[in-house]
Amino acid sequence: MKILTGNDLKTGAVVWWDGSNWSLYVDRAADVGDQGEEIMAREEALRRVNVPYIVEAESSEDGVRPAHIKDRIRALGPTVRQDLTLKPQDPEAIDWVI
Amino acid sequence: MYQYDQYDQQMVDARVAEFRDQARRRLEGKLTEDQFKPLRLMNGLYLQLHAYMLRVAIPYGTLNSRQMIALGDIADKYDRGYGHFTTRQNLQYNWIKLEDAADILADLSKVEMHAIQTSGNCIRNISSDHFAGAAADELVDPRPYAELLRQWSSFHPEFTYLPRKFKICVIAAEKDRAAMRLHDIGIQIVEQDGEIGARFFVGGGMGRTPMIAPMVRDFVPLDQLITYAEACLRVYNRYGRRDNKYKARIKILVHELGAEEYTRQVEEEFAHLLDQGVEPPRAELERIKTYFADPAFEDGPKNVDRSDPDFAVWVDRNTHRHKHDSYVSAVISLKPVGGIPGDATGEQMRLMAKLAKQYSFDEIRIMHTQNVVLPHVKIADLHALWSELHAAGLGAPNMDTIEDMIACPGLDYCSLANARSIPLAQRISERFDASGKTAELGELKLKISGCINACGHHHAGHIGILGVDRKGVENYQLSLGGSEAEDVSLAKITGPGFTEDGVIEAVDTVTDVYLAQREGEERFLDTYRRIGMEPFKEALYG
Repeated sequence: MKILTGNDLKTGAVVWWDGSNWSLYVDRAADVGDQGEEIMAREEALRRVNVPYIVEAESSEDGVRPAHIKDRIRALGPTVRQDLTLKPQDPEAIDWVI
Repeated sequence: MYQYDQYDQQMVDARVAEFRDQARRRLEGKLTEDQFKPLRLMNGLYLQLHAYMLRVAIPYGTLNSRQMIALGDIADKYDRGYGHFTTRQNLQYNWIKLEDAADILADLSKVEMHAIQTSGNCIRNISSDHFAGAAADELVDPRPYAELLRQWSSFHPEFTYLPRKFKICVIAAEKDRAAMRLHDIGIQIVEQDGEIGARFFVGGGMGRTPMIAPMVRDFVPLDQLITYAEACLRVYNRYGRRDNKYKARIKILVHELGAEEYTRQVEEEFAHLLDQGVEPPRAELERIKTYFADPAFEDGPKNVDRSDPDFAVWVDRNTHRHKHDSYVSAVISLKPVGGIPGDATGEQMRLMAKLAKQYSFDEIRIMHTQNVVLPHVKIADLHALWSELHAAGLGAPNMDTIEDMIACPGLDYCSLANARSIPLAQRISERFDASGKTAELGELKLKISGCINACGHHHAGHIGILGVDRKGVENYQLSLGGSEAEDVSLAKITGPGFTEDGVIEAVDTVTDVYLAQREGEERFLDTYRRIGMEPFKEALYG
């Protein structure tokens, strides 16, 4: 699947396109198929996202997992500071990245 | 240390106001990201992996307690409670909001700090010896010359859009503690026939094409220092390659022209500039020097009470000989076992500031090895200082050991990185601490970069590690034999790369080879240079 990511303009936070809005959680990312470029252009013009790009990902019963480790680290947070990730209480979250 | 005059303060305040307006226009949609990006980068604001990152300049690594407190307060107020000291003697905040950025710059301006020229193709923060103004072996304090260069290079209209970024380093000792010859321009203050002057090395650097700067002039009189620097920059600005980002650094120009031809062109330009009035009046240098006058050192005990063995280990490892024999420079390690190299919390920054005020004439230095120095500590106060550091988890006795590694932020934070650096640093320090090998190994400089840009200085490590992306999987190249000191050399790759687990094993293996082959007091680097790569390759690859 193809999903969209970028950074929130004001906060810089990593966000994912969920089909109608930008979410902090990659699990909510929508498959944009071949609509990615069009959505990015529109959303960037509306200043709802900064520097968006398309990411290859896999969807399974465990959720959405970006294909590249860099995007998995973006999705979760730094692997060396679990307290700063989106899953600070989940000791297995880092395994999902690696 | 240097204090802003009204012009410095006006310039910085004006820049804050200008950026506040630029950020507002970006947030209101009046500037696109393409328009805004070069403007934010001129103020040290990057967009990194998780958020905006702000790089704050710490000129030649010198700051006072008031400034360190401000850095700690910014970490708590606008970031997530910590900052990261870098290999450029700067500080980076990793979780900045664009809507807060101008307020942060305003807070920095209140303590005579800024983020100007910490990015972009301009002359960056001038770096220097972290023991400047304190070291027993320095000829003079190099910081007045670094400050003069800072003033000359700040907002220099001719050098705002160079072919590529430009880094200058100034030292004034035979021992190179600042990787001087791995800078675009390395300046060593030297004495010749009773006169102080500057030796120029040009065209060094790390990155994807590491090079050691050749000497282009062995002595430039001090009243021609800026003119000669200007000549070096002018030749680069005129002929440096702008068509290819990867060939745009001055090291490529010097290499392609040859050091001799580059020097000839610089000398020609220098002769032209000499009567152009480029050089600031000597009185300006003398004015700057007054800000770097020695504090009022007092005589006191010259010997350390070594009855506390833990303290004695720290003294042996983490203090440096001072020019006044009743004082030492004390290194505060930001490399606790299993910690993140260079990270400090806001609370730790405020504690270091308090200790600097109490024990070091209010002076602090940042090391390019991502540690902090209190430059002037009375030997009589050393145990009290260590006790407070030890209690706060800042007393690791590991300077220049394998546990004192440099590590760039790597893929955990950096959008350029290909692999993570910090987890390797953490695991290696834990492993060597647990095995007890660290002390036995002595001086061993390990440097880890998460990509070819080499912010972790892996080319200059006795042992270097470079993270690469191998079909989406982190892989690590090992290299041996580098040095960024006065015996400068570039490390050589051992062979095929390793997995994360594999490279940690490999580091252990090469240290075993060293211990088996060491003769006398040889450091790892000395043994490597004597026996060569083969015994290490044999142990690694069979």
